[in-house]
Parts: sequence; structure tokens; C-alpha cells
Amino acid sequence: MSRLWELWKRLQSLSTDVQVRWKSMSRVQRLSGYVLGVLALYLAPWWPKIPGIGWLVNTPGTQFSTVLNDQVIIFVLVALGLNVVVGLAGLLDLGYVGFYAVGAYVVGVLTSQHASLPWLVVLPIAVVVSMLFGVILGTPTLRLRGDYLAIVTLGFGEIIRISAKNLDWLGASRGISDIGRPPSIGPLKFGVIDPKPYYWLGLTLVFLVVFCLYRLEESRVGRAWTAIREDEDAAELMGVNTFKFKLWAFAIGAAVGGLAGAHYAGKVGFISPDNFPLQLSILFLAAVVLGGSGNMYGAILGGIMVAWLPERFRNFTDKRVLVFGIALVLVMVFRPEGLLPRRVRTKSPMKPASDGQEVAQ
Amino acid sequence: MTNEVLLDFNNVTMQFGGVTALSDVSVKIFRGEILGLIGPNGAGKTTCFNVMTGVYQPTRGSVVFNGSDITKLKRFQITQSGIARTFQNIRLFSEMTAVENVMVGADARKTSSIPAALLRTKHQRSEEKESYDRSMELLTLMGIVDRASDAARNLPYGYQRRLEIARALATEPELLCLDEPAAGFNPAEKQQLNELIFTIRDRGYTVLLIEHDMSVVMNVSDRVVVLDFGKKIAEGLPSEVRSNPDVIAAYLGVPDDAA
Repeated sequence: MSRLWELWKRLQSLSTDVQVRWKSMSRVQRLSGYVLGVLALYLAPWWPKIPGIGWLVNTPGTQFSTVLNDQVIIFVLVALGLNVVVGLAGLLDLGYVGFYAVGAYVVGVLTSQHASLPWLVVLPIAVVVSMLFGVILGTPTLRLRGDYLAIVTLGFGEIIRISAKNLDWLGASRGISDIGRPPSIGPLKFGVIDPKPYYWLGLTLVFLVVFCLYRLEESRVGRAWTAIREDEDAAELMGVNTFKFKLWAFAIGAAVGGLAGAHYAGKVGFISPDNFPLQLSILFLAAVVLGGSGNMYGAILGGIMVAWLPERFRNFTDKRVLVFGIALVLVMVFRPEGLLPRRVRTKSPMKPASDGQEVAQ
Repeated sequence: MTNEVLLDFNNVTMQFGGVTALSDVSVKIFRGEILGLIGPNGAGKTTCFNVMTGVYQPTRGSVVFNGSDITKLKRFQITQSGIARTFQNIRLFSEMTAVENVMVGADARKTSSIPAALLRTKHQRSEEKESYDRSMELLTLMGIVDRASDAARNLPYGYQRRLEIARALATEPELLCLDEPAAGFNPAEKQQLNELIFTIRDRGYTVLLIEHDMSVVMNVSDRVVVLDFGKKIAEGLPSEVRSNPDVIAAYLGVPDDAA
């Protein structure tokens, strides 16, 4: 136990060292650091091959790049979207899987069931339709708060799943097969065997979403969301149109969820109502809370952990769920606010005025 | 102070079930004045604020601000039309920094939304800068700019009170309603607050002040309105109100004790 503690301490001091070093770097050095980091992420399918530490990340029993795309990318996208709703605007959504299902079903319906449009054309449609569902669900329900909202959204997730199960038009319980795949570009073949192109596509989507959400967070919109989370009444009395911004949070969260669903459907080629159980909503929420609700990077980390941990311990067979559960409990005991808790921005949103007003504290 | 009526609180009655919190109260606030609203606990002062700022819809009566009826407006619309307030028990956005708190107020006057934020349009960037600059200016005015980047919850009590005023001012109100701003202040801090309120008035704001502390109300107010059990029992200059026997009976207690 004491050795573990020592290791922990050393890790902490290492991370401070890295932070200090990072801050002292020049712009060029930092930029190249970013480029290397991004490159490393795109090369992630080969991580298990790294001698010495590769075994740490490897997922026995399942191809690593399959886990990367089908689990990690999906969970990261979903956690990013759900984090806007739960983490930023403070609206507890227990039916998030509904939007994920809408995205997947739009792709299923338009590329296979009732039309055969290309996946790439359907992708934006799926995002927009999911967003509309966010607005449709949000308009009547966002007048509710806290627990009441949670229960209504819980119902929404189930309505979507049960509707899909019973509507022949949506393939009923047989589901939809032969869903269109993303178009192959040159050597990048989106086929059945190699999951790597899907992973690269998914990672690109993640970067795109991070970029957009970052811009929203660092604006009037992000401030309005945070203010609503902190004190909705006070926010409204300070001139925030709370209903409008809550609806936007819902719509944007739904759009990102739908994007994840569309990506998922394009990869697996087959969806059925059983792919969208209530349990998935809970896992999505677990990813956000585990990673650090309200911190985008925390949500990403949470998504990675929730997706990857169960696969890492797959050779424990039935006990892997136990290991996963213990890991969750440990995180909640030692990091109650998540792995990467949200931080109050110590830096001002813009450069401080250069008139020396920011005196020493 | 001019003779122009800024806010007309017109025969307002506010009932909660069987309880009448305000009964037929009429108050006029003139542009540029500092109006003190006093009364014993439970007299209906904060209810008055809540009706003015749209938290409650009055059972009867109307609120006319700047010549237009705002009784039916939503809360954020009332703020945007020019009434801002602080809270009796501090209600800051505690996990946001001081400057971000004020920026939320400043954003009330801005228009850029999701698309503009995604594209970082020129308009959006200039609005962001305006919000930021104005917020820093207000923090300077309040004398708390040295803690601009600290989380609101980590600020000392006096700073939090003043941050609330800064956040309200950031919405560019014509009428600023302060709900017991001196609560928990020591005499020196009260003195500073008095000066601050004068400064605010001199910048062209009209101030409505709820306060228990007589040293603040009597020194600062141009006029005073006294409520008791939801009724207006007196109105006038501080000196007149101070010697009004009804007020003394209801509020100030034994005359020798007063103030």
C-alpha cells in the first residue's frame, strides 16, 4: 500500500514537472507537441504493439482497433454531447440513448430500409433530425427541473426503443441490415474487415466536435449554460433567456449523440432496437460523471475508461463487470468530482487589460 | 432627481393562498433618485422586489416601467428592459470567476448566439471584448478587480456583496434594486457602501434600496417608503419619515432608541 502511495506521489510530481516544462516551451515547440500528440492518437491502433507498455492497453479477445472504434470513439462522442447537457447546463438526461438511436435509425432508414442514399449525404441529415428530436423533447419538458426532468427523459429513451421495436416501418425487432458505409477514399477502404478507417473517421469527428464545443464554451453561450447550472433563477434575473439556452443545450447534445449513432450504424451495418437499451443511457451518464462532469476533457477521459476498461478485462469473463464496478467505485471514492474535475478558469477569458489592473493577489 | 416617473408600482396586491403579502401598494420611483424601502421583517419589501422583477405575477395591479407595462413580461425581458437587482442572500454563480459572473450580466445586452459563437464572427468577437472590458471596468468601480480571476465562492463576503452589485450593473439597468446590500457589514464597510451608492447614482442610475440598517437608509436615501404588514404606512423625506408616529410605532420602536 505504501509503495502504491509512493508511486502515486511520483506520478503527481511527474505531471507537475511536465506542466511546468510545457508552459516554458516556445510556441513552435508547443505546436509540434500538439502535432505529435494528434499523430499518436491516429496511430493508436498500433499501440498494443509498443514493446514494454503495449500489454497495458491491449484488449485480449477483441481486436484493439475494433474496441477503439466501436467502443471508445462512440463513448467519447456521446460523452462529449451529454456533457453539454449534464455537465454544462446541469440538466439531468437519463434518456440520452434515444438521440443516439435516432441518429443510427436515420442512417438505417435512408441508406437501406427506404432509400439508398450514400452514408455521407445522410450523416448531416441524421445530425439535424437528432437535433430536431432534442427540440421536440425539450420544448415541453425543459420547464421541469431536476428529478422530474430526469424521469421524463428516462421515458423518452424507452419510447424511442419501444417505437423502433414495434414499427414495421423501422424494421421492428428484426432491425435494419445492409446499412450504407462511408465512401472509400483511395487506399482508405471502409469495409467489413478492417476497422481502422472507421476509427480514423471517428477520431476526426471527435476533433471536429471538440473544436465546436470549445468555441461554444468560451462564449456567451457557454457562460449562459454555466450560469443556468449554478443558479437558474439568478441567471434568468440577470437577463439570460434560460429556456432558449436550455433548449440549445438539449439540441446540441442531441446532435452530437445523433452523430455518434450515425457513425456507429455506418460501421456495424446492422442495427436493432436491442442495440439501444436503457443500460446504455446509464453507461453514457457514468462516462460523463466518472470523467468529470462539466469538463470536456474529463468527459473524453470518462468515455475512454467506460468503453475500454470492460474490454481490457474481458479475459476475466464474468468477473470483468465486477472489476469494472470496483474501478468505478474507487474513482468515486478517491475522485468524487471525476477523474478530471471541472476547473474554474483561472485564466481570464481574454488577455487581461494591459493597464496593470490585475495586481498581485 | 427629476419629476419623470421611471417606475410606477400601481395598486399592487400580492396574495399567496390566504396570505396577503402586499395589499394595494403604490410607489412611484423618479428617475435619478435613491429611494429607500424600509419596514420590519415580513413587511413585504422583498415581495415588492420580486413583483417588480417578474419573479411573481401580482394578483392585482400593474407595474409600469418607462411608460410601458411590464407586469406580464418574463423575468429576463424585464432585466433587458432595464431593471436589475441583487439578492438578500447572495446568489452568485459560485463556480464561475468574478469576471465571468459580471460578464453573464453584460451578456444580457448582447445578441450573438450559437452560430456566431461557432464561426467566431467579427461581431461575436467584438461583443465578447465589450463584455469583458465592461466587466473589468465595473469590477474596478466596485474596487474588487484584484480578485477578478477567482471563483466567486472563494471571495470574501464583502467582495461577494459588491460582485452582486457589479453583475447587476453590467446588465445596463436604468433602475438598480439593492436588496439589503449592507447585511453583515461593519460600520466602516457600511460607510464605503454609502459612498458606492452615491457613486452609482451619480453615474445616472436610479437606485431602489431595501435596507434594515437605518444609518445606511437615512444617510443615502432621497426619499423613504415604509411598509408594514404589506401596506404602505408612510412616504417622504428621511427626516419626515423618521418623525412619523406610525413609523415609530411600527418600526423604530421607542423614539430615544431610534437610529
